[in-house]
Amino acid sequence: MSVESIDMPASRGERAVEPPVWQVRVGTRLSRGAAVAGIVLVVVLAALPAIASRNLIQDLIFVLTMLTLAQLWNVLAGWGGLVSVGQQAFVGLGAYALFAGIVLAGLDPVAAIPLAGLFAALIAAVLGPLLFRLEGPYFAIGSWVAAEALRLIGAQFKSLGGGTGMSISPGELSQMFGLKAVQALLGLRPAAARDVLVYWLALLLAVMVTLGIYAFIRSRHGLALAASRDNAAAARSVGVRTARIRHVLWIAVAFATGMVGAVVYLQKARISPDAAFSVTDWTAYVIFIVVIGGVRTIEGPMVGVLLLWGLVTWLAQYGSLYLVVLGTLAILIMLFMPRGVWGAAARRWQVQLFPTQRWLGRSQ
Amino acid sequence: MSGFDTIIEGVLLGGVYALFALGLSLIFGIMRLVNLAHGDLILLAAYLVLSATTALGLPLAAAALLVVVTMFVLGFVLQRLVLERVLGDDILPPLLVTFGLSIVIQNGLLLGYGADSRRLQAGAFESSSVTLAPSLSVGLAPLIALVTAIAAVALLQLIFYRTSLGRAFRATADNPAIAQLMGVNERNVYAIAVGLSLAVSVIAAVVFGIRASFDPSIGPARLLYAFEAVIIGGLGSLWGTLAGGIVLGLAQAIGGRINPEWQILAGHLTFLAVLMVRPRGLFPARRT
Repeated sequence: MSVESIDMPASRGERAVEPPVWQVRVGTRLSRGAAVAGIVLVVVLAALPAIASRNLIQDLIFVLTMLTLAQLWNVLAGWGGLVSVGQQAFVGLGAYALFAGIVLAGLDPVAAIPLAGLFAALIAAVLGPLLFRLEGPYFAIGSWVAAEALRLIGAQFKSLGGGTGMSISPGELSQMFGLKAVQALLGLRPAAARDVLVYWLALLLAVMVTLGIYAFIRSRHGLALAASRDNAAAARSVGVRTARIRHVLWIAVAFATGMVGAVVYLQKARISPDAAFSVTDWTAYVIFIVVIGGVRTIEGPMVGVLLLWGLVTWLAQYGSLYLVVLGTLAILIMLFMPRGVWGAAARRWQVQLFPTQRWLGRSQ
Repeated sequence: MSGFDTIIEGVLLGGVYALFALGLSLIFGIMRLVNLAHGDLILLAAYLVLSATTALGLPLAAAALLVVVTMFVLGFVLQRLVLERVLGDDILPPLLVTFGLSIVIQNGLLLGYGADSRRLQAGAFESSSVTLAPSLSVGLAPLIALVTAIAAVALLQLIFYRTSLGRAFRATADNPAIAQLMGVNERNVYAIAVGLSLAVSVIAAVVFGIRASFDPSIGPARLLYAFEAVIIGGLGSLWGTLAGGIVLGLAQAIGGRINPEWQILAGHLTFLAVLMVRPRGLFPARRT
């Protein structure tokens, strides 16, 4: 028996031939309005470089890339139960693959981004079967060890700067695909035009990843994933291939995480193993965003990333104190508001902009 | 003889890693909790001992004893006030809370003590050595570290299998609900377990702080070594953890001998290799 045989009209408007008395629904009236608002927001964000300052564009690159990483971690750990503390591995692999593509292979930077994702996915496919031998919480530290090992290996490549890292000169990036067009379109100098191009790439990734995850979670595969997390034996007994679905998810998340890493480091144009494989920058912040916003919701990371952005601009000048505050806040939220800010609000006011829960209701 | 030196060095280093690992192994065994702040708590203990020796002017042994008591109480309170609220079927909340704790402790130490490297002063003891055989002498401090690790494992085994507290630990680990029916106070057992884990970590901190210098950023690496020792040795066995620490120490010593840059990497790769060949570790407990 496979999952296909579960009779479950999961989407709105999909009626069985025999009118069922009970129906599983995921949509809400509000979610249709939210979809329209979302499209408008994306259009506004896409047009923003025409009027926004370079500082704002750089801030938004941070917001969009962190949002994408948070969505990816949320699907992996929240829905999939694969609590990884090693996602910095794939950011670092993507970043290093980008630099290798540009410096060693002479590829166009934009073309190197999907290749960076593929490289991260390839390493994930190799590491996955090993790390999956560790159950639950042990997987968390195992993934961290793997990321540390990759950081130390990254420091061995002398042609990519070894332990101290390297920079790409602006000259090498001046022939980048699309750069001339952006310069001509917005009348910008190459450095500012590169930021705009990276911003659009980050926006594209954020939208694609969010929509992809949303569609995945609402599909029967998403249901199978949640079932594998909650009770693997029971899920297998109804035909869910728990091992395969987790492995595929792990590789897909690594692919997208690698591309985010490449986009981030295309903007920075400077790489070092300690920065590219940093557990604080690429995993601690990401976990903070998801915890504060709300685990297992699409809206949670969006709320969380805006809160992080606010805290960064307000507190980052205090260095270590800022991380103490962030960590304390995450612990307090976990203790007293385990669903996060968005989760608590959604429960209180029954609001769901991107509904992923299934409701059983009488069909009309 | 340099090959033989490397092996001695690795075995002695393994004693320290086993001490790191014991506290982690203890609370995982009893309450299925993986404490991501374990490494940073070891660092916290090392800094507290440092403060007790410098600010209060206590001798090292008295300072260590004071901090053992402090960390035991801290562990007890941490469990009752924080960890207890998030333990459950969902593995995410305890992992996230201990990860948050790790970041708070690490950056709190950075604020309080700065980023400079520190070391515990143990007087003439730290540089003296003993001659085990002609042309073979080892440092006294590393040797004491290994002996301490063996003694700590033996003591924990004794507590586990020869005392009523140990019986309560084992019963709660097997089935908390039935243990409670038999009159075991589950909340206290868990709190004592976390306290004991942190008390053992103080011993690890002192032994480590005499041997090597430390700074606030190295906590996560201690967690990873501790974890690797537990997994290499095999879950559920304290003697296995000791063996796992020694295997890790050997791997690092041999890797470092080949190329100093490979020391840590060799340890990580050995861990991954063990995971590939023997996923349940080298010396797993007979019971599953």
